[in-house]
Amino acid sequence: MLIGHFTERPYQDPESGYFGATGLPIKDLDLSNDIYDPVIGSKLYNRYLDEKIYAEEMGFDALMLNEHHSTPFCMGGAMNVEASILARITNKAKIVLLGNILPIWDDPLWLVEQLAMIDMISKGRLVSGWVRGTGRESVAHNAPPAYNWERFQEAHDFIVKAWTEPGPFRWEGKHYQYRYVNPWVRPYQKPHPQIMLPGVVSKDSVMWAARQRIPYVMLANQLEPTRQSFQIYKDTAKEEGYEAGSQNFGYLWKVHVDETEELADEVARKFVQGPSNPFLAGNEGTANPALLKLPGLTSRSRVLPTQQAATANRGGQLSRSYEEQVEDYTIIAGTPKTVIPKIRHVLEYLRPGSVFFWDGDGAMTHDDQMRSLRLMGEEVIPAVREIADELGLKSPFEVSPSTGEPINQSTSDIVVPAAD
Amino acid sequence: MSQQTEKVTTNKLDVAGTSITMRSSGEGQPLLVLHGELGFPGWMKYHNILSNEYKVYAPSHPGFDDSDRVDWMMEIRDLAGWYLEAIDDIGLDDINLVGFSLGGWIAAEMAVMDPDKFRKLVLVAPTGIKPEKGEIYDIFLNLPADYLKEAFNQSTSAEEYQSICPDEPSPEKSELWEVAREQSCKLAWKPYMYNQTLNHLLHRLKSLETFIIWGSEDNIVPIDSGRIYSESIPGSVLDVMKGLGHRPEIEDPAEFTTRVLKFLK
Repeated sequence: MLIGHFTERPYQDPESGYFGATGLPIKDLDLSNDIYDPVIGSKLYNRYLDEKIYAEEMGFDALMLNEHHSTPFCMGGAMNVEASILARITNKAKIVLLGNILPIWDDPLWLVEQLAMIDMISKGRLVSGWVRGTGRESVAHNAPPAYNWERFQEAHDFIVKAWTEPGPFRWEGKHYQYRYVNPWVRPYQKPHPQIMLPGVVSKDSVMWAARQRIPYVMLANQLEPTRQSFQIYKDTAKEEGYEAGSQNFGYLWKVHVDETEELADEVARKFVQGPSNPFLAGNEGTANPALLKLPGLTSRSRVLPTQQAATANRGGQLSRSYEEQVEDYTIIAGTPKTVIPKIRHVLEYLRPGSVFFWDGDGAMTHDDQMRSLRLMGEEVIPAVREIADELGLKSPFEVSPSTGEPINQSTSDIVVPAAD
Repeated sequence: MSQQTEKVTTNKLDVAGTSITMRSSGEGQPLLVLHGELGFPGWMKYHNILSNEYKVYAPSHPGFDDSDRVDWMMEIRDLAGWYLEAIDDIGLDDINLVGFSLGGWIAAEMAVMDPDKFRKLVLVAPTGIKPEKGEIYDIFLNLPADYLKEAFNQSTSAEEYQSICPDEPSPEKSELWEVAREQSCKLAWKPYMYNQTLNHLLHRLKSLETFIIWGSEDNIVPIDSGRIYSESIPGSVLDVMKGLGHRPEIEDPAEFTTRVLKFLK
């Protein structure tokens, strides 16, 4: 089991009101950055990095980052910058990027270089996820949404080749062309860092991940549609001639632990306050319907069972209340005593080999996050490891997602050179 | 609809290596009508009036409506090049070419590449030129119904407005809009709805009679683009229709066709 910590790093201040530092409802593309306060920004970037350091101390295996653009709900507009800092200031946790938004960049060679540098500086701790991005990403960097899927696949192929095959070589593709590919950086891990694919909407993406034998991470959706989406991966894997297991699946959801049930409930309500991602199930905020329907961004027919809760029919306010989310386990909050059995239920239901606890988000304060991280380290993480062992849930670093074979030094897909 | 609607023939045509939907009606010189960014609007009054005097051809561009997609096309100039081959295959010559909005841009690109192929050119509020004043309305960041509303100066009074933008569009209609937006996106996302080199090539139209029509209240393509078109095409006329928006052919089909037919005479 790989246990990770995640927050979207919202632009909020410690005294945030209902909508966070902006004090305004977030509708995509409607909010001007003229209200951006770099002093708040500076404090928050440092706060979120500090929380990652503490998460590592408390025993998390993975520090997860994500990236969005031109929005207050996620300050990770240049996620690789944060990852680079973590590479140096943390020691053992994996740095899980979920992920770089492949189709929006016109120069994927730059990603080849950045990510290989992060892998070297972290001595082989990079996990490199790819995403296709939401509409705002295409708009912010003016990438053509109708070519999103083609560009995603070509950029992936290019990056893997640039990581694994000796240069120089040429790349003459439909969307990317290079006459001289010979980056003077190579990934620390061989043949290259583990790739993951997080998502929630596209069936094409899940099937692609299964064909590539890349673990798929479901982002914060209800349990049954998540299980159904995992089944699509499993069915595709079967067609490809292999059996997908827990090592092929990850699940990200909201978990907050606190000192008393009352405090946990009070704080967990902040998940749906403040500037939080309107694209994910149950969050506060109004999604811009034109961004949801950006032409060609994803197939209109080949969608996942999870798409309904995530993006379909959005545009109003809170689509699922806090109480409903607690009811269906998409928010788990409480003391360790009550949280652990609920996490067990999720693990039994979905059987993921990687989990990411989404915490410290919305309107939560630094103190809220630190209390939760401490209690997770003291009680929740050890208990989750025991449950995972009992259920036989293995991460892609214990069992190969491509072969299903246990990973040890001699059979490992990915070799990490011994550090000095 | 009038009886003439019944005379419209709709065919699937295999031309220039792909299969497209073509509607045609009327007798006489060929008049090729190129639709805009949301696809073929349906057979409208202006089609009928024009087909009283010309043989009107109204295709759906590759990738729009139920015409096949062509994967190699990545910009409007590609589509224009394809159309030149398509009209060869259909066997058209001495063509009167009319284009609306994005279809006007296609028409301008076609004419620039092969001006002798055409008898006369009519551009109706074409995209394709970056205005110096104002910006072209972003159809990709607005829903189709919102865009259409913006495309009319007085939408509720336009008789045919409901047929192109019903209050409750059917799932089929919504899907056709999405198909059209996706294809427009593939061709015109960046730079958005213009080609930085087109105005430098428009001088090629020096011997092609060109009529440029613009609604005075166009909120989609600034009339400044019309000024640049007209200044770049020697001898062209910019005709501004007072009180109309981006779709003069729907808002006032009688006046619109009167002006077009007078020019085509």
